[in-house]
Amino acid sequence: MTLVMLLLVVLIWALGWWINARLANGAQSETRAVKLAVPAIFGLTLLIVWELLVRGLGVPMVILPAPSLIAARFAGSLAILWADFSQTILKGALGGYVIGCGAAVLTAILVDRSDFLRRGLLPVGNFVAALPIVGTAPILVMWFGFDWQSKAAVVVVMVFFPMLVNTVAGLREASDMQRDLMQTYAASYWQSLTKLRLPAALPFVFNGLKISTTLALVGAIVAEFFGSPTVGMGFRISTSVGQLALDMVWAEIVVAALAGSLFYGLIAVMEKMLTFWHPSQRG
Amino acid sequence: MKTVFSVLTVVAGIVVIWYLACVPMNIKGVLDQAQRAGEKVVPDTANARRDAAALGLVAKNTFAINRVWSVDRPRLPAPHQVVTELWQTTVMKKVTSKRSLIYHAHVTLSATLLGFALGTGLGILLSVGIVHSRVMDMSVMPWAIVSQTIPIIALAPMIIVVLYSIGVQGLLPKAIIAAYLSFFPVVVGMVKGLRSPDQMQLDLMRTYGASGGQLFWKLRLPSSMPYLFASLKIGIAASLVGAIVGELPTGAVAGLGARLLAGSYYGQTVQIWSALFAAAILAGLLVALLGLVERTLLGRMGVKS
Repeated sequence: MTLVMLLLVVLIWALGWWINARLANGAQSETRAVKLAVPAIFGLTLLIVWELLVRGLGVPMVILPAPSLIAARFAGSLAILWADFSQTILKGALGGYVIGCGAAVLTAILVDRSDFLRRGLLPVGNFVAALPIVGTAPILVMWFGFDWQSKAAVVVVMVFFPMLVNTVAGLREASDMQRDLMQTYAASYWQSLTKLRLPAALPFVFNGLKISTTLALVGAIVAEFFGSPTVGMGFRISTSVGQLALDMVWAEIVVAALAGSLFYGLIAVMEKMLTFWHPSQRG
Repeated sequence: MKTVFSVLTVVAGIVVIWYLACVPMNIKGVLDQAQRAGEKVVPDTANARRDAAALGLVAKNTFAINRVWSVDRPRLPAPHQVVTELWQTTVMKKVTSKRSLIYHAHVTLSATLLGFALGTGLGILLSVGIVHSRVMDMSVMPWAIVSQTIPIIALAPMIIVVLYSIGVQGLLPKAIIAAYLSFFPVVVGMVKGLRSPDQMQLDLMRTYGASGGQLFWKLRLPSSMPYLFASLKIGIAASLVGAIVGELPTGAVAGLGARLLAGSYYGQTVQIWSALFAAAILAGLLVALLGLVERTLLGRMGVKS
C-alpha cells in the first residue's frame, strides 16, 4: 500500500514536471497564460504530493496535517479567522503601518532641510534598519498594554527607519537641473517640494512602503507572542501550537500569506498608478 | 570627518531625548515609592496620580526629578542603567555563568550562524538551478518572490514544536528557522547576480569557446558577488531575528530571546533593554564583518565599489 502510494507520488511529480517542461520550453513560453500556469501547476503538484505523502505514510496530524484537513479547518472556522485577521492585520498592522510610514515621510521632509542632519541620520537609520527591532516588542507591550495599540507601536518602530532611509534618499532624486528650473520659475520651497521633489521621490517611497508591508505583518504577529487579548493571529498560533491543533496553525498561516500578498499587491497597484511615468513602470 | 561629526551629533541627540523621556515615563513609579517612604507627594492618592498627566505630575513634584534615572524597575531605564547592566553581565561575569550575556549571545549566535550557513548554501544551490533550468525558473521563482511578501516567521512556533515532537531539539530547530529566513533573500539576490553578465560578455565567452562550466565559474559566479553580499547582509540580519524569535515559543532557558521573554515575565526592564542592545550589537558586528569580507574580497577581485 505504502509502496503504491510512493509510486503514485513519483508518477505525479514526474507528470507535473513533464507538463511544466513542455510548457516552459515550448513555443508559447513567453505568453502571459503560460507564465501563470507554470508556477500554478508546480504549486498544485506540490499540494497533491503533500496530501498523498501525509495520507500514504500515515503522518500524524501533530506533525504535518494534510492540505485537505487544513482547507476543511479554514472553511470551518471562518468566524475565528476573521476576528483574528481584523485584530492583528486591520487594527495592529495597518494602524501601525499608516502611523509609522506617515511619521517617517514627515520626518524625512524635515530632515531633508538640513544637510547636517541628513548626513548624520542616514547612517544611523541604515544601522537601525538592520537591527532585530522585533525585540522591542516586550517593552512596547509593557507600555501600551495587551491590546492592539502595543502591536501598532511595534509596527511603527519596525517600519519607521526603512521608510525614513528610503524617503530621504528619494528626496535627493530630483537633479540639480530640475531644481534650478524650479528656481528660475521662482517656485517657493513648498511648490518645489510638492510639484517636483515629492513626485520624484515616489519610486523610493514605494520601495520603502513595499519593504514595510512584510515588516508590519511580522511585527504585529510576533508582538502577540509577548502577550495579547484572547484574539489575534499570533495568539491563535501560539495557543494552537500548545494544543497541538496544527491544522488551525496552518489555517492562520494561510491567512497570513493571503493578507501579506494582498497587502503587497495593493501597494504595487498604487505604485503602478502613481509612478506610471517612471522608466521601471513603462517597461 | 564631517559625517562622523554629524553621526555623533545625531546619536548624542537621541541619548538626550532618551534621558528626557525617562522623566515622564518613570515619574509615577518614583512618586509611588516616595509616598511609601513617607514623603509628601502632591496628588496624594495613587488613583489620582494614575489619571493625571505625567508632565503635570513632574511640574508639581520637582523634588522627584533626579530620581527617575535610578529607579529599580523603571518603565524606561536610563541609558547609563542599561550600559551598567551590559557591563556587569558581559565583562564582570564569568562567560560560563547563566547570567552572563556573552553566554546567551553565544547560544543565539551559534543558532544564527548554523542557520545562516544552511540557508545561504541551499539558496545558492537553488539559484544556480534556477539560472540553468528554464523549468525551475518558471515554476519556483514566482513562489520565491511571493514568499518575500508573507510573514513566514509565523511558522516559527510550529517548527519548534513539531521538531520537538519528533525528538529534535536544542540548536537545530532555531537554526532551521534562521535558515529559512535567510534562504529567500539569498535566492532572489543570487538569481539577479548570476544573470547580471550582459549579452556582450556572454558572447565573448562563447567566442573563446568556453564550456558551460567555464562560463559559470569564470563569468557568472564572479559577477554575482556584489549581489550575493548585498543579500547576505539582509540574510544574516534576518537569521538573527529568526534565532531570537525561535527561542520565544518554547520558553527556552538560554539565548537572547529567552532573556527577552524572562525579562518581560518578571518585569525586569533593564534586563530586556540590555538583551535588546546585545542583540543590536551582535547584528551590527555580523553585518560589519560581512561588509569587511565583502570589501577585501571584491577589492582583490578588482570590483570597484
